[in-house]
Amino acid sequence: MSVRIQTAAFDPGEETNAFLATNAGAGAAVTFTGLVRSQPGDPITALVLECYPDLAINQVKAIIEGAIARFGLIKATVIHRYGALRPGEPIVQIMALAPHREAAFKGAEYLMDYLKTDAPFWKKEETPTGSRWVDAKSADDDAKARWD
Amino acid sequence: MKVLYFAWLRERLNKGEETVSPPAEVRTVSDLIDWLAANDEAADLAFANRKLIKAAVNARIVTHDAPVAANDTVALFPPMTGG
Repeated sequence: MSVRIQTAAFDPGEETNAFLATNAGAGAAVTFTGLVRSQPGDPITALVLECYPDLAINQVKAIIEGAIARFGLIKATVIHRYGALRPGEPIVQIMALAPHREAAFKGAEYLMDYLKTDAPFWKKEETPTGSRWVDAKSADDDAKARWD
Repeated sequence: MKVLYFAWLRERLNKGEETVSPPAEVRTVSDLIDWLAANDEAADLAFANRKLIKAAVNARIVTHDAPVAANDTVALFPPMTGG
């Protein structure tokens, strides 16, 4: 397991290659990269993520342990940035390695669903007309609840 | 006791952390929120909807009925929007 909570940018391709390089017994890897989205009709100039790092490390470790135990993952990694990010920049990358594809896909989905609601980050969108906090979405609670 | 605030709670209270010395009858997170609200108008407004206030004690997520003690670090924050 690897948890990285950081302000520094990361290269999704390099991270993926490094993750795949240690693949004893693995037949499948699923990686997901979350990006800062700015839509043409509602552009943002930056996404500022606030974080409580001590709690984030504890929470993300517990989420990964849950995914490994539930889906029999060989290993899993979560990289999550905070600070001010520009549109298009990677925010988060999750990587799940498993013997077979079903466990890798499900493990990756589980990790993302739990990160949305249980990882202590708070997003603020900066726009040309001001800034606004992103509200927690009930759809994210629903997505997590399907694993109950 | 150290109290940390995040996101719009931090903004509305105009502080990211403070050290407080609540009286002995403040035994739980819920008691602490009540006590903070009773002593500060901005806190009273910010904590108005208790369902929107999540908590951690010593970097572990807890519910509002969890105990708090003098040496604890208590964090109060809105629902998380990670990922």
